[in-house]
Amino acid sequence: MLNYIWGILIIISIIVGAFTGNISNVTKAAIESSKDAITLALTMLGILAMWSGLMRVAETAGIIQALTKKLNPILNFLFPEIPKNHESRKYIATNIVANMLGLGWAATPPGLKAMESLQKINPDKSQASVSMCTFLIINISSVQIISINMIAYRLQYGSVNPTEIIGPSLIATLLSTVVGVIYAKIMARTVPRNMGGHGK
Amino acid sequence: MKIIAIISDLTIPLIFLGIIVYGMLKKVPIFDEFVKGAKTGLETVVNILPTFIGLMVSIGMLRASGALDLFGELVTPIARLIRFPEQLVPIVLMRSISSSAATGLVLDIFKTFGPDSLIGRMTSVIMGCTETIFYTMSIYFISVKIRKTRYTLSGALLANLAGIIVSVILTYAIFD
Repeated sequence: MLNYIWGILIIISIIVGAFTGNISNVTKAAIESSKDAITLALTMLGILAMWSGLMRVAETAGIIQALTKKLNPILNFLFPEIPKNHESRKYIATNIVANMLGLGWAATPPGLKAMESLQKINPDKSQASVSMCTFLIINISSVQIISINMIAYRLQYGSVNPTEIIGPSLIATLLSTVVGVIYAKIMARTVPRNMGGHGK
Repeated sequence: MKIIAIISDLTIPLIFLGIIVYGMLKKVPIFDEFVKGAKTGLETVVNILPTFIGLMVSIGMLRASGALDLFGELVTPIARLIRFPEQLVPIVLMRSISSSAATGLVLDIFKTFGPDSLIGRMTSVIMGCTETIFYTMSIYFISVKIRKTRYTLSGALLANLAGIIVSVILTYAIFD
């Protein structure tokens, strides 16, 4: 996907640049931007290293496991169709908690495990079960407590108060997840299997 | 609205405090673990750096060519109607497809308008509450060989849209 996007962006830039007489600026931008990327990476190095360090402490201390246990009542509401004590619950909970803490790398492995174990109890292996749809919608609209990357970018470009966006982001991410969950709940009741989706 | 500002100021200190105190109670060698984690953070940045250079170059070229302005003019009438800054239209279109390409566009906004401008703040909030859809869906569904994804895509798009709408309303309410 990115291969096409990248190619198309560059082709458009050169064609439009030639027509609008900005072609020399396009050349200059190519060189300037690569330099900018490195300056930005220097800021990112500091902030992301600091954050990953802190999150590693959280992980070793068992905070993720502790939060995962607390998630049980919520899982009962979100996934009433998953049998109690089914292994997928543990994976789903870990995935949700890791996403909340902004640990993308820690979220994907349990997420894939969750899909695998949900597939075992899926009556029709060729299409997504209700639990899978709910899980993916929650995963994608995930409640992220802090988007540390955005804070780093803001700092790099001279923001006076880079963290001022945490409050509004938190509310927006919560509401987007609520909308996703409500939609998933309604669709689970109204859309019969074999309907919707792409593929064959 | 004041409470939102307080949340913004206190979240990071509270996360620090919570993790450090909990870690000490559990007798975790907190500093040693911090150092190990910081090392993986450095690796993450170094690993994404080549992608970053590539994308920032392409988006820098796109901005310099004037193509983004042309596109902006095209969507201005609709964007004005819903009070949505036309400069952010390419970002929200790109957001569901590629996180890194959207980030490149965001950095372009920061460079041109500054992160503390209204549209700088709005784009920050939008990026904080939306996610890449197509990439995540393909990885998760391909791993279990499912091709019929039913209402997952529409649900994910709807959630992202809700996030964007709330971000715009909140940004106007808090920062304007």
